[in-house]
This record gives sequence, structure tokens and C-alpha cells, in this order.
Amino acid sequence: MRETVKAKAIELLENGTVNRVMGWKTGEFFYDLTPAVFTSREEVEKDFVYSVFSAPNLSKYMIAESRKPGKIAVFLKPCDSYSFQQLLKEHRIWRDNVYVVGVACDGMCSMDVIREKGITGATAVTEDGDVLKLDTLYGEKTIAKKDALLERCVNCKSRKVVIFDEMLGENGEENPESDRFALVEKLEAMTSEERFEFWRGELSRCIRCNACRNVCPACSCEKCVFDNDKSGIAQKAAASDFEENNFHIIRAFHVASRCTDCGECSRVCPQNIPLHLLNRKFIRDINELYGEYQAGSDMDTKPPLMNFTFDDCEPSVVYERGSKA
Amino acid sequence: MKKVAITDIYGIFGKISENRKLYIPADDGASQARFLPYMEGMQLTEKLNTVRSAKDLFFPQVENLLKFKVSGKQIEMIDERAPVEPFVVFGVRACDCRSFDVLDNVFLHEEPADTFYKARRENGLIITLACNMPEETCFCTAFGIDPADPAGDITAWQAGDCYIFRGNTEKGKQLLEELELADVQADAVAPQQQHIRTIAEKLPFGKLDLTGFDKEHLMEKFNDPRWAQLSESCLGCGTCTFVCPTCQCYDIREFNNGREVQRFRCWDSCMYSDFTMMAHGTNRPTQKERFRQRFMHKLVYYPANNDGLYSCVGCGRCLQKCPVHTNIVKVVKTLGGESV
Repeated sequence: MRETVKAKAIELLENGTVNRVMGWKTGEFFYDLTPAVFTSREEVEKDFVYSVFSAPNLSKYMIAESRKPGKIAVFLKPCDSYSFQQLLKEHRIWRDNVYVVGVACDGMCSMDVIREKGITGATAVTEDGDVLKLDTLYGEKTIAKKDALLERCVNCKSRKVVIFDEMLGENGEENPESDRFALVEKLEAMTSEERFEFWRGELSRCIRCNACRNVCPACSCEKCVFDNDKSGIAQKAAASDFEENNFHIIRAFHVASRCTDCGECSRVCPQNIPLHLLNRKFIRDINELYGEYQAGSDMDTKPPLMNFTFDDCEPSVVYERGSKA
Repeated sequence: MKKVAITDIYGIFGKISENRKLYIPADDGASQARFLPYMEGMQLTEKLNTVRSAKDLFFPQVENLLKFKVSGKQIEMIDERAPVEPFVVFGVRACDCRSFDVLDNVFLHEEPADTFYKARRENGLIITLACNMPEETCFCTAFGIDPADPAGDITAWQAGDCYIFRGNTEKGKQLLEELELADVQADAVAPQQQHIRTIAEKLPFGKLDLTGFDKEHLMEKFNDPRWAQLSESCLGCGTCTFVCPTCQCYDIREFNNGREVQRFRCWDSCMYSDFTMMAHGTNRPTQKERFRQRFMHKLVYYPANNDGLYSCVGCGRCLQKCPVHTNIVKVVKTLGGESV
């Protein structure tokens, strides 16, 4: 797949389909790939990498890139394609200026996960089937690929690229067997006090770097109210740590029913806060109250919280459900 | 030099924390390390370094500066700060220790001194710990830092089944006296140091070439067209600045609740769109200018104003934490070398 993707990038540039290609650029190591725009065969041959470390979701970059002159090709993994389609639905991407190449994906690995498993000092990697062989400052180490996967890939919700102009590799299927709500269920089973303590603990580590917000494809405002000095709620520092906690809860509200569960928020959090659990709680509730809904899976349906129907649940459901805990 | 058996280190921590606060690097429950106040039963982390640096204990992310109360035509200004109690930080790495040289230049050596920072520096005692297992992202040696011989008030090594201590400052020597530890020969750490230096030799960026990052090449670096490509995918988040041990920019803001005004300061990030916003707007309108500012400051402006001292210490946090893996090493490698 690695070579197929590269060859496709070159082909699209050379046959004039596009004048730019967005993919992942090689880093100093094997794992530190950076999203990048390529404009020539030479650049692609030198630096383009599609590997198990191509985790960054490129959809959000298309908001700006699709407004530039010419057409850009972008490589989207299955989960990235949901974000892309959701953004299209929100009229944030100029579709005519983007050529989407879907790429099949078996899950993305993370150096953070590898470090958590106790392997440090890794300078090079070779993929050997399902195993990653790592050269480290402390000798050769191996780790099974499945043990190095990002959480979102362990609990992969879909291997289906939902929007593309061209597909590389065989397109996969949705995965209804995904165990992605297991932790949410565990949280729901807690008493409200326990749950409060859980989130107070997790969110207490927040350093308010805004990486979760800035990477989030659902957070696409030109200027966030929290960055706007004139909004009256510009928030470089919170008046209390509880206000900081609220930032995440309110952000989850703002993206509810538009969040595709791409998992970028948790991937980028420097403090390992499981932010995706907030979004998944919303997704689970929406499924329960409004019927199964997957944001970004099509172009036709309206996100339940941006729509009104006579079948919608009554607002009082909040009190009923709240009183259960 | 003094020594204590590895198994007795927690006894020493107990003793130190009897009459002052002690911070040690411990796991935070999210598979990462942070400096936490020592309590009995707490374990030292196995991780090389903390996500947030020791800077935080001397220059916290948010602190209140002053309170104003208005009644009629009277404005009362109230300094509410509590006196800083003496405290000890154990396990500061060589890189983070160097960061205090960088911060001291900003907060202490320019008039007027920052009294908030000063009070913490005067009351804080730093025990550094040599790095037995540097990671691939470490490059302190590129800035002349020796991970086998860190500075600080006291230097500690974990060697064999012992911790070995060396007092460097009066304050440090006094604490070691107080702890009544067994003596050990001065060369007891030499084999461990040799071991660390052998690993440090192998660090991929240990000899990062910084030629050309100086006052003489300031405009050349500033005008380099490659900033556009380097900053292209930058998300504009503050991760690199907030985990950085030397970033020292802050904003001063006021919170007015109608009866009184609380003036506070909080860390700011040059990566943010409203950083140093002025009445006429901002002079760094896109992420390219913001990104350039951060690295020009670390590698050119700061050393130009501080006798060549870089304000990067090679801790590698930004290499590990940047969501899109753009970092200072990539900047140096792209703009250095043949462009000089």
C-alpha cells in the first residue's frame, strides 16, 4: 500500500488532475510524520510516507486548502473520510477543488503507546508482518502491531471510506462489533459522585493548550470565542479549575451530533486525557434518544441536534435521565 | 559525596519532607510522570522525564498578582500573595536545570526583578538526577549540557544499588549535612557517568549543528522562505510552549466581578492568534509569523541578547508532544547546514 499511495500521488500530479497533493511527510524518525502538501514528483519521491504512523487526519486542512488556486488531492483513511464528509455537509470544504483518494487502513500505531509499553529510545523500525521491529538505543525490541495501536483503532468503528473519487485497496465495512462504548458504559454505571470525581481527576491535568480544539474537524470556526478578546469570555486562564473542566464539556456539547468520533482529540492531548469519552457519551445518548446516527456517514441526513422533528424526545428527558443516577 | 541505598531513598524523602514540601517525579495515573508533592507510599516514576517541566513550580501557569477594591473615589490595592515556604524538587534532569539559567536571565537579571519568581527561586532547592536512560528525542548535549553531570543545588546519581549525592551550593551542602548520609569516595559515580556518556554519544541529535543561529544571521534566518513550508501544518495550539521548560511569555489580565478586580497573569503562547495583540491589531497575522517567532526567539533573539545562550535545552518534549510533529530539530535541520 505504501508504494501504491506514493505512485498515485505522482500520477495525479503528473497527469494534471491536481496541482498539489496532501499526505504525510517523513520525519526525523519513522514515527514523527507531519501532514504536508507536495507539488512535484521529486518532493513525493523524497519525503512522502504512508505507513502505520500516518495517523494525523488530513480532512480539516481541506478547509483552507480547497480555497487555494487549483485542485488538491488528499489521502483519507476510513475514519478521516467521515470527518471530510461532515465538513462538506457543513459547507466548509469546496468539494470541486479536492480530489479524494480513499486508502484502506488496518489501524494506526502510536509512539506514545509504544513508550507506554516500556520501549524507549527507538530510532528505527521495520515492519515484519504483524510485528514492529524497533532499533533502540538499548538494543532491538519487538512489539506486536496490535499492541501499538491507537485506542481509536483498537475500537475501530468502520473500515469503510465513505466518500472518495478513487479508492486504493479494497474498501472495508462498518464494524458494528466495535467495543468503543465499553468505557462509556462503565462510566454510566458509576454513581454521579464517582463520575464527577473521575472527570475532575482526568480534566485536572488539562494545560489548556487547545490542541484538542485545534485538531478537531468539528471545531472549524474561523475564530473561537475563547480566542476572541471581544467576546467577553476570552479564556487564556480560567477563574477556577472547574471553569477549565467546563471548557471540555461545553466543547463536547458544541460538536455533539457532528463529531464523527475520529479520535484526534485524544491522540493529540499531551496530558493523555481521554477526551473522546465525552464525545462518545453524546454519541451513545443520541443513538438512544434519536435513533442510530453516525455523523459524516452520508450527505443527506441532518445531524439530530441540528434538526427538529415531531418525534424528537422532549427536553424533560434530561431530568428523567438525570434523576436515575 | 554522600550515598544512600536505593531501598532507603523513600526514608530520605520522608526526612526531607518533614519540615518542607518535597516534589518528586511520580506517575500521574495516565501513564505519564509529573512533579507531585511527596507523600508516604509514593513511588518515583520509571519515566525519563515529566510532561510538564520543573519550571511550573517556579513560574506557575496562573497566579494572582494584585487585587483592587473600589469604594467611591478610593482605589485600594491589595497584595494578597502568601509568603513562599521553602521547598525541594528532586529528580530535575540536566536539561530542565539549565532552563533556570534561561529563566533567571529574564526574571531576575533584568531590572526590576520579578518578585514572584524570585521568592520561589530563593526558597526552592533543586536536586538534579543524572539520566541513566536518555531517549532518542534527547539532545541536551547539543547545547553543551552533560546528562551525566547535571547542575543544581545537589546532584544525584542512581548508580548500582545506591543513590549518590554531591552538594554544589551552600544551600545544597547544608541539606546534605542535615540528612546525615554515609560518605562515599568522589570517584564513585565515574563508572555510571561513563556509561551515560556512552549512550549520549549515540543520541541522534546529540551533535545537532547550530551553526548560523546567531545575531549575525538574524535577518537571513528571519527572511528564509522555508518558514512557510515548516509552519504549513502547525495547528496553532500551545502544546510546545506549555511543555517547554524555557518558554516564559505570559499575559496579564484582569477579572472584574463588579466589586473588586483581580489582576492575574497566565502563561501565553506565541502560537496563539491573540498573542501580544495591540490596539492596531497583530503584527503576526498568520501561523507562519507566529511559528517563526517561537523558533527565532529560541535560536536567534535570545542568544543574541544573552551572550550566546540558546533558550532551548534539548529536553525533547516538543518532539514527543507536537500533535503534527513539527519541532525545533526539524527547524534547525531545515534552516541550518547548507543555508549558512
